[in-house]
Amino acid sequence: MQKTFVRIENLTKRYGEVEALRDISLDIKQGELFGIIGPDGAGKTTLMRILVTLILPDSGEAAINGREVVKDWKYLRKHIGYMPGTFSLYEDLTIEENLHFFATIFGTTKEENYDLIKEIYEHIEPFKDRKAGQLSGGMKQKLALSCALIHRPDFLVLDEPTTGIDAVSRVELWEMLGKLKDEGLTILVSTPYMDEAELCDRVAFLQDGVITEVNAPDTIKKEFDQPLYAMNSKDNYELLMGLRKMDMVRSAFLFGENIHVVTNHSYGEEELQKAVLEEAGIRANIRPIHAGIEDCFMSRMMD
Amino acid sequence: MSRINKNYIVRAKNLTKRFGDFTAVNQINFEVEPGEIFGFLGANGAGKTTAMRMLTGLLKATDGDAHVAGHSINGSPEKVKYSIGYMSQKFSLYDDLKVYENIRLYGGIYGLTGKQIRSKIEDILEELNMTALRNKLVRDLPLGWKQKLAFSVALVHDPAVVFLDEPTSGVDPITRRSFWELIYRAARRGVTVFVTTHYLDEAEYCDRVSIMVNGVIEALDTPQKLKEKYHARSMHEVFVHLARKEQ
Repeated sequence: MQKTFVRIENLTKRYGEVEALRDISLDIKQGELFGIIGPDGAGKTTLMRILVTLILPDSGEAAINGREVVKDWKYLRKHIGYMPGTFSLYEDLTIEENLHFFATIFGTTKEENYDLIKEIYEHIEPFKDRKAGQLSGGMKQKLALSCALIHRPDFLVLDEPTTGIDAVSRVELWEMLGKLKDEGLTILVSTPYMDEAELCDRVAFLQDGVITEVNAPDTIKKEFDQPLYAMNSKDNYELLMGLRKMDMVRSAFLFGENIHVVTNHSYGEEELQKAVLEEAGIRANIRPIHAGIEDCFMSRMMD
Repeated sequence: MSRINKNYIVRAKNLTKRFGDFTAVNQINFEVEPGEIFGFLGANGAGKTTAMRMLTGLLKATDGDAHVAGHSINGSPEKVKYSIGYMSQKFSLYDDLKVYENIRLYGGIYGLTGKQIRSKIEDILEELNMTALRNKLVRDLPLGWKQKLAFSVALVHDPAVVFLDEPTSGVDPITRRSFWELIYRAARRGVTVFVTTHYLDEAEYCDRVSIMVNGVIEALDTPQKLKEKYHARSMHEVFVHLARKEQ
């Protein structure tokens, strides 16, 4: 049984009339790669900012490795790495100067913990004299991650590290997170990409300041109990509009080359095909499918 | 709306941009047809934003030319700007203005009459289901609503083509999809949509897709044909294959 590393109990935070977090409780295990997913404004950033000791909760408690975020903030800041959602390094310093700066602030040197950041830093080292403001999005993220790790934290918190980042850099970043997890770090990460949620050990859905589910991605997918079909036709937009008007359809959303359709009962493929032809006038290819994490998330958002 | 007689709405010929000895965009050639949803993909730093800034008349080309909505970006960049819509990555809306005031402001900038502006405000609020939010400050809108409003505002002067730079970055899966439904609706009305994205499921929604690697257009075709060509199951695989190879 893994030990609890982050303990969150009845955490609440308001901004004026807005309840950003409502009585949240959550445990994150030591060495876990833990994902938070939720719509914009759900409270993800607020939760992270409380955990990294940047803002205070109104009530409730949180502790990291037994240290309280409110009382022991000074200790914790030396042991937490945080990568905020907006690029927060010095744009007028070079790659190397930024890294040196953050190492110095934490009372260490680049050399002392180089083994931890080596694989990440190697990608950007050829450009070490380039100013941070002139880097592409993927390179900025690698530098920000290097700076967040330079003091060898036990707990790494990443707020949407892949937003605005291309698919190749996203794959690379997640490979790096996997390696950091192997090094023993506990990692909390938020993302709008559902394929990334699948790479986490466990995922929490956060919506309107409330955690509606915490589970392993596979468990979440298995729990999806509504009839789900992938459909396509010559003109998917027309098919989408047609499906939305059908009584038997609960929801229909674009999904890459298909439309994912949840129906109110289970139907045979031919039965459904006939209904779509009669009611929407469209000949569609239809097959039943298993839900992905994105299907689960979207269905939860509509509840 | 500008009248386009030719069978393309965007045509780049040897379009090139150099910054010092770095070639950001290297002699790219492509055409976009009217009413098409054209996906302009590439890794960070591949040259997409630079190319887009040239096509929208915001940045001078070092070499080559492009015609956009009937005008040369070299010869008449101001006419290009007037004939297109542009939704930049950073919001083009004013946070401290109300929803309807933003629409009014952009209508005014693009030279619409008072009567046209009033009817545009109603049309847009209705299409976005935002009638009740007319007097809300844009600052107080959720990100997804802002993005939809920014899109509609980019179309306030009925341009023939609209350029969207990562319009769905960072929003949740449902909002992302409802944004794409807006794109489809605009395309059905005949607006050409030129869009960049890092969500590769969205590449599948495009009629054609180009993939830029190191300043060059490495591939350009329908999503179906690209997947066949690279024996890939998804556009994600196509993209990673092309973009990773070059690094």
